[in-house]
Amino acid sequence: MAADGKRTVGVFDIRIIIGGLIGVYGVILTLLGLLNNSDEELAKGDGLNINLWAGLALILVGVAFVAWARIRPLAVPDEQTSPDAKDEPHHR
Amino acid sequence: MLHAATDDTFRLDADFFDFTIIAIYFAVVIGIGVIARRQISTSLDFFLSGRSLPAWVTGLAFISANLGAVEIMGMSANGAEFGMATVHYFWIGAVPAMLFLGIVMMPFYYGSGVRSVPEFMRRRFGTGAHLVNAISFAVAQLLIAGINLYLLATIVNRLLGWPTLVSLVIAAAIVLSYTALGGLSAAIYNEVLQFFVIVAALLPLTIIALHKVGGWEGIQDKIKPSDDQLSSWPGTELTGIADPVLSVIGIVFGLGFVLSFGYWTTNFVEVQRAMASDSLSSARRAPIIGAFPKMFIPFIVIIPGIIAAIIVPELAALKAGEGAGDVKYNDAILLLMRDLLPNGMLGVAIAGLLASFMAGMAANISAFNTVFSYDIWQQYVVKEREDSYYTRIGRIATVAATFIAIGTAGIASNYSNLMNYLQTLFGFFNAPLFATFILGMLWKRMSATAGWTGLVSGTLAAIVVALLSEDALGSASLGVLNLKGQGASFVAAGAAFVVDILVSVIVTMFTGPRDEKDLEGLVYSLTPKESLVDPDEMHLPWWQSPPKLAGIGLVMVIILNIIFR
Repeated sequence: MAADGKRTVGVFDIRIIIGGLIGVYGVILTLLGLLNNSDEELAKGDGLNINLWAGLALILVGVAFVAWARIRPLAVPDEQTSPDAKDEPHHR
Repeated sequence: MLHAATDDTFRLDADFFDFTIIAIYFAVVIGIGVIARRQISTSLDFFLSGRSLPAWVTGLAFISANLGAVEIMGMSANGAEFGMATVHYFWIGAVPAMLFLGIVMMPFYYGSGVRSVPEFMRRRFGTGAHLVNAISFAVAQLLIAGINLYLLATIVNRLLGWPTLVSLVIAAAIVLSYTALGGLSAAIYNEVLQFFVIVAALLPLTIIALHKVGGWEGIQDKIKPSDDQLSSWPGTELTGIADPVLSVIGIVFGLGFVLSFGYWTTNFVEVQRAMASDSLSSARRAPIIGAFPKMFIPFIVIIPGIIAAIIVPELAALKAGEGAGDVKYNDAILLLMRDLLPNGMLGVAIAGLLASFMAGMAANISAFNTVFSYDIWQQYVVKEREDSYYTRIGRIATVAATFIAIGTAGIASNYSNLMNYLQTLFGFFNAPLFATFILGMLWKRMSATAGWTGLVSGTLAAIVVALLSEDALGSASLGVLNLKGQGASFVAAGAAFVVDILVSVIVTMFTGPRDEKDLEGLVYSLTPKESLVDPDEMHLPWWQSPPKLAGIGLVMVIILNIIFR
């Protein structure tokens, strides 16, 4: 509970959850793309190493989401103690 | 890998890594439900997430509730069969309707504080229209949940080889555990999550498919039967209406105006998402923000479908009219995944598909539970009990709805084309509702009796058209009218709308008006203008102002329509 009567949602912030899941998928795909890239594997994706590129893109997206959540934390309006909190810009 | 002869359905060759990726998704989904449960206190919290979600979350949840089984399988199937005409579902149908909802309708919902569309009907028209609407809505949700569940189980069966019944029960159990444990918060969070996973799967799939076919030029060269399939108008193949002028009228009035406006503005599955916002301007922004990604979904759903019909041998054979075994257009995305995705990416795609199918069903179940506990149980069965009682009823309704959906999945399995079935249902339930709604909102004279008689006669009109068509009700259709496929459901919806309006106007002439002071906030001319705008809205920057955002969206969708005409 912060001093202004609001608490941040922390890990429950949807951006952390999205960023976390997308990031983990990115790591798995990147590793698969690096370690399991025989010609037969690549032939399926028409010669593109789709695991590697998609994995790297997902890592970037995941990091961006987590960074966004860290830089602009989302506060929970505490309606019991301060009904006015709802009107304040507590997100975005 | 194809198993020939003994088993005509194809399998996707998932390996350890794919299953790991799928398992991680489900662990997170269940985890959210458990964590979300700790944050639930009052029943308003459970049903509308305490109206505390930021607009971008509800905006994305708004379209991901709709990015379910039917959207992905149905639209890519339509893309494979009819080509670019399928974009009408997005650029004539969904997007204008979503902008209209944000600009015109949302202030009424949010301002009057109603929790569901049936509740709005009760306050505008009294108990008659309310009861008719609540029951038909609840029935529609159970039928549509059955479609989602059936598709989900079919996919699980095709992907993993589990028997359909086992797949059904397992899918139902997972959907049940997170909606019942976490309420709408968990459902909405999962919808947003699945949106990103599905995009992470479909975008690379589209890119490889485009690479393989040789880009847009490759599609233009190779598309069969001719590159007419790359222009969206007049869409005669899509509607099944041979005359181009009538086909355009069918698309614009039937699909664009009645079906889509009806679906997006009166379907509480969608509206409930926006109602969970923290302010009126957030609620208005939700469908408008959702409209932007919605505009571009055709590129990762329809384009892969078109390419699948070119590069997947079984589909190409089917389109050329040669027998292709059990393969249907519905399989377009799955066949493309089978042919193009390496293990790893395949797992992400399967997780995304499973998630989106579940999201569709979870949305139906949570809307059913809201309407059942507030609008049916609290109104007509057990009145004036404490809040926790109705929350408990909501949980019981969720469980019951899931079991019933296993049954309605059986009904859905009797239809060979689920897209036609679904559009027909929308014609029965949403088109009359939209007519009554719009008329009741704009015309203060409209009487209470006109409310329910309009709804009933509109639904009956749609059922009659579907019965007389060639195939809208499957084998029950009589074939008197020369209408088939999705054109039949456009016409049924149009008939429902027109009949509803006519009956409402005539009945109103012979019945008394409602007291004007009961209608404040519910009829446009009787609503104080200040309650329709958020007092803070003046101070919002342009990128948060609903009308300005909607204007940008409208211009973009018109440009898209012109480019792909």
